[in-house]
Amino acid sequence: MFLTLATDLAGVEAPASDLGFLLHKNPARPQGIEVTGGTAHVFYPEATGERCTAAVLLEIDPIALVRSGRGKAPEGFTLGQYVNDRPYAASSLLAVALGKLFRTAMNGRCDARPELAARPIPLEIHVPALPCPGGAELAARMFGPLGWTVDARPVPLDPQLPAWGDSRYVDLRLTGVLRLADALNHLYVMLPVLDDAKHYWVGPDEVDKLVRAGSGWLGAHPEKDLISRRYLAHRRYLADTALERLAEADGLTEPEAVPDDAEGPVSLAVERRTTVAAVLKELGARRIADLGCGEGALVGELLKDPMVAELFATDVSARALISAKRRLHYDDLPDRQRERLRFLQSSVTYADHRLAGLDAAVLMEVIEHVDPPRLPALAKAVFQAAHPAAVVVTTPNSEYNVRFDTLPAGTFRHPDHRFEWTRDEFTSWATGVADAFGYSVEFRPVGPVDPEVGAPTQLAVFTVREN
Amino acid sequence: MATLRIPALCLVVLVGASGSGKSTFGRKHFRPTEVMSSDFCRGLVSDEENDQAASKDAFEVLHFIAGKRLAAGRLTVIDATNVQPEARKELVALAREHDVLPVAIVLDPPERVYVERNEQRPDRQFGSKVIARQRSQLKRGLRSLKREGFRTVHVLDTVEEIDAVSIERTRLFNDLTDRTGPFDIVGDIHGCRAELEELLTRLGYAITRDDAGRAIDAVHPDRQAVFVGDLVDRGPDTPGVLRLVMGMVANGHAYCVPGNHEDKLLRALRGRTVTISHGLETTFEQLADEPAEFREAVATFIDGLISHYVFDRGRLVVSHAGLVERMHGRTSGRVRSFCLYGETTGETDEFGLPVRYPWANEYRGRAMVVYGHTPTPEPEWINNTICLDTGCVFGGALTALRYPERELVSVPAAEEYYAPAKPLHMASAPAREPDVLELTDVTGRRVIETATHGRLSIRAEQAGAALEVMSRFAIDPRFLLYLPPTMSPVATSPEPGLLEHPLQAFEAYRAQGVTELVCEEKHMGSRAVILLTLDDDVAEKRFGLAGRGAIHTRTGRSFFEGSLTDELLLRLRTVVAEAGIFDELDTAWLLLDAELLPWSAKAEDLLRNQYAAVAAAARTSLPAATAALESALASGLDVGDHLARLRRRTTNADRFTEAYRRYCWPTAGLDGVRLAPFQVLASEGTTYQDRPHVWHLGIADRLVAADPSLVTPTRRLFVDADNWEAGVGWWQEVTGAGGEGMVVKPAANLTRTAKGLAQPGLKVRGQEYLRLIYGPDYTEPANFARLRDRNLGHKRSLALREYALGLEALDRAARGEPLWRIHECVFAVLALESEPVDPRL
Repeated sequence: MFLTLATDLAGVEAPASDLGFLLHKNPARPQGIEVTGGTAHVFYPEATGERCTAAVLLEIDPIALVRSGRGKAPEGFTLGQYVNDRPYAASSLLAVALGKLFRTAMNGRCDARPELAARPIPLEIHVPALPCPGGAELAARMFGPLGWTVDARPVPLDPQLPAWGDSRYVDLRLTGVLRLADALNHLYVMLPVLDDAKHYWVGPDEVDKLVRAGSGWLGAHPEKDLISRRYLAHRRYLADTALERLAEADGLTEPEAVPDDAEGPVSLAVERRTTVAAVLKELGARRIADLGCGEGALVGELLKDPMVAELFATDVSARALISAKRRLHYDDLPDRQRERLRFLQSSVTYADHRLAGLDAAVLMEVIEHVDPPRLPALAKAVFQAAHPAAVVVTTPNSEYNVRFDTLPAGTFRHPDHRFEWTRDEFTSWATGVADAFGYSVEFRPVGPVDPEVGAPTQLAVFTVREN
Repeated sequence: MATLRIPALCLVVLVGASGSGKSTFGRKHFRPTEVMSSDFCRGLVSDEENDQAASKDAFEVLHFIAGKRLAAGRLTVIDATNVQPEARKELVALAREHDVLPVAIVLDPPERVYVERNEQRPDRQFGSKVIARQRSQLKRGLRSLKREGFRTVHVLDTVEEIDAVSIERTRLFNDLTDRTGPFDIVGDIHGCRAELEELLTRLGYAITRDDAGRAIDAVHPDRQAVFVGDLVDRGPDTPGVLRLVMGMVANGHAYCVPGNHEDKLLRALRGRTVTISHGLETTFEQLADEPAEFREAVATFIDGLISHYVFDRGRLVVSHAGLVERMHGRTSGRVRSFCLYGETTGETDEFGLPVRYPWANEYRGRAMVVYGHTPTPEPEWINNTICLDTGCVFGGALTALRYPERELVSVPAAEEYYAPAKPLHMASAPAREPDVLELTDVTGRRVIETATHGRLSIRAEQAGAALEVMSRFAIDPRFLLYLPPTMSPVATSPEPGLLEHPLQAFEAYRAQGVTELVCEEKHMGSRAVILLTLDDDVAEKRFGLAGRGAIHTRTGRSFFEGSLTDELLLRLRTVVAEAGIFDELDTAWLLLDAELLPWSAKAEDLLRNQYAAVAAAARTSLPAATAALESALASGLDVGDHLARLRRRTTNADRFTEAYRRYCWPTAGLDGVRLAPFQVLASEGTTYQDRPHVWHLGIADRLVAADPSLVTPTRRLFVDADNWEAGVGWWQEVTGAGGEGMVVKPAANLTRTAKGLAQPGLKVRGQEYLRLIYGPDYTEPANFARLRDRNLGHKRSLALREYALGLEALDRAARGEPLWRIHECVFAVLALESEPVDPRL
């Protein structure tokens, strides 16, 4: 909500207070304008020939922000809408305010001092509360390549509770010799990128504007992938307020969907899919259920096979089914294609008779999302109630985790994983289930097999034992 | 005047050519909604009642609606010509599909009648040829109606007869809904007369004997016996059992349904070829010593047995091999076959016995179904059904169920009279209620009947959101007997600067005539529901799940991982046992409503990410902005207002920080964790919503006394209409000292008023605590004025609905109802919680 921009214009034949011309804001007259979510004030704590500091204070109106329901259905309340850092942190809202306050300056125009606008000048920027979930190091990676000297100090979460460590904010000071327009554009793009909050109150059109402001320098930025991915991560299609509410009721926070970075190259996910599809083909399965289909990646793969006559894509999350439908363009499929595919909201811990008697059911990376005490219910629902002729299960091989560079030791590949099994653990579970429900089971590796720790993914094929 | 008798539930097919008077007949004898007319259906699909081109679609509609009616158990009349055998065949098939009897009523007046009638109907000018053709088709089919499957055929062939006849609906033989009992239902006897006599004596029946000393009747002063069949075969004295049971039935002291062994015996007695096996040989030997009249009497008795009975207003169904709900009170070959043999999967097990289809696992009916047929070592309730065959003849026991008491009474067998095909202890009957619930138990639009608040409906989308949370996060449904309801805050206070104040709570209750109230301190923790057991065997026995119980949140998540939960449950078990609560409430398990402290034990995530983070951002940005404004002011700029505002906001942020810090204290494992129970929810057979809060808090105080290091007291103040001020003062004191606030409840607990169910509680939160809810700056005048405008209606309605659903879940759990019935209510509470209601309320 607050930042300052200062210069002494050292080495330039002009008084420091000429910054006022560059910003098109008179140092003698504090000014306030209405912006998204509140009022943005510009004033100058100092404006002398030697040094000039412009301050932007964005005062958020938290109630108006909620009641206008920006970015969310007005009824879709969550507690976070009132108690959040918007009134204090330099969020994407501050970026939007900068864009509105300094539009002309950002374009590099200054009729009064054109030569000053065109040349690099010494600048100091201070953002006392910058959300920066990667810490000081990330701030350096973001601003360093743009020519700034970065001084980012972590802000402790609560000085009285030192065990809690640092907050996600840094107290950021940037110094450098840059064109003012560039400096403003850097802030305009980076504030929302670093702001890890869900973009409750920034509409998609504003996000597009932010992307455009990066033209000219974003392409050459070494972190451009990270920057653009963060954009996409924040543009969530469907904010599921219902689930957030239920999590909040327990004093928890619903974890953000995390891209499957931990497993490294995308190829493992692809390999898993193609292996499962190949196993199903080998089984000759024509009526198949993908239990826990998620976004429908496997379903898309299976649809390509004309031998597959009927596909049930189920997930416990209604939101996932909507995404899967959209991803597969379900509503636009020709009738004959659409008839092969049915989306069902279902749960692997409840018996679902709509799924009874199929050729095969797939549990691809599903069991590790179920609490261990609930696994017997999953086994009964799938192997006893649905009782397909074959079941294909994949799950991470925890032994392989040491081979993932980015995965800290002792952590799971996904925050929602309730467990990750070694090969022995998986084998023991799978053979137990097979014996209990009259199946035979065999195991296969998925992905490159490491002589020591095996393949990254383990797969089990269960087939009904002939009586 | 002739009377046509038709069963109270049947499919009546009117048969007659156009103009025979079917519609008039239908109108005269049946309710308009009971009659499905093909003309009407033609109109529905084509706007034209006589459009013959629409007939195909019209009949599809007619069959569809008739099918829905029959499925719902409603008598249905088909008003169409039905002169062609194909048309009738479809209707007979429809009746069979729903296991109801098809009845034909043929109207065939003399020819002149048609001519006259058709002349009077300008809309329908059928040629006389059409009529003649229809009549000749009818005549040809008349004789084969019985063969087509019509159990009853009535033919009316004069106008006088048609006009004069009256219709009487007769009760189905299986319909004993007006007999309310009490009953003693006896399992499979198989010729074990001595055990039967002993059992009846233990149940309080006096046995009547003939001159030879043989038991021929047994009488109880106010109870009747019901036998589930399989009286005969294998055992030592089949004739003796038959004599006694036949006597009891003949004298109105008992009812009896047939078993598969009676069915086979009858066929043998009637001279049909049957394989003499499975104990029939013993019956034959024993009956050979009896006179021919006795054998004939046995045959007549068995022949007269009804496949199953529906007793007590539909609350009890007795059949030999059980019965799926859609067949209760129905009549058909299929129903009889199910009653006698049950449903099998077509497979056989390793002993060569047919594998039974586990129909009881899927049973969702309201009627209790009592049956025998499959020997089990111990009778177990499965979804409100129970099998009483405890294999007496195989050396097990003879068991009876006392209804409605649901008590089991058993007499052990004197010896193993017959070697079972498979050892009794390996009996394959579904050992107990399945632990996997059906998706259809919870999804889709649902309506739940509650005892306290009527019928409540759950929308499909709400159920969908709950399905995800329940599946991904909740504990095993067998330990999840209850979820607490949301609670409404008081109406907004008119006092300046205060959003909530106790006076509004007192006045809201007074407006409903409730003046005796209790104020309970609102703990600064998380709501916890605790399921406790007396010892480590209870959970497995009572809930079918090993463990000590559960401690779960208001959305059904476990508070701690397994070993910590067990440790805490063990400590609490000791506390409750020491306080003598298990004994006093005569129970082996207990469900407690409590608050678990500190909040940070569960909500550290939220405290850190939401509250502490906001405070951290405020702590670094506000001073920088304030300093900048101070410089600007010093240099003469007009920023005084801004500066004053920011200084106030700095104070607000400090207070916000203080407010959340009160909820945090370090815990390690269970060290530092405390519990504040405030209500007993349920125990075996009992719920406690009718006990006044003074009783509940008394129990809580005893737990505190038993272990003050673990159990924290709930401070409270009882107030009535004369001392509201005391309540206000107490609230000021509690919140002034940093407390969260208080909850005002009717002192009597569950309270019904003239305006309906009263809110079980209203929360009155403290001014500083509300910063955590409405944001640090909510007290700023500009914000405050807008926040007063809050709509409580929806929240209040939701609170009552969730309260009623929670109580319903408790009642069902205490009564020992099937898991799906409990889970349905618990799930519904979670579904309602997904409603988009302002979470700050």
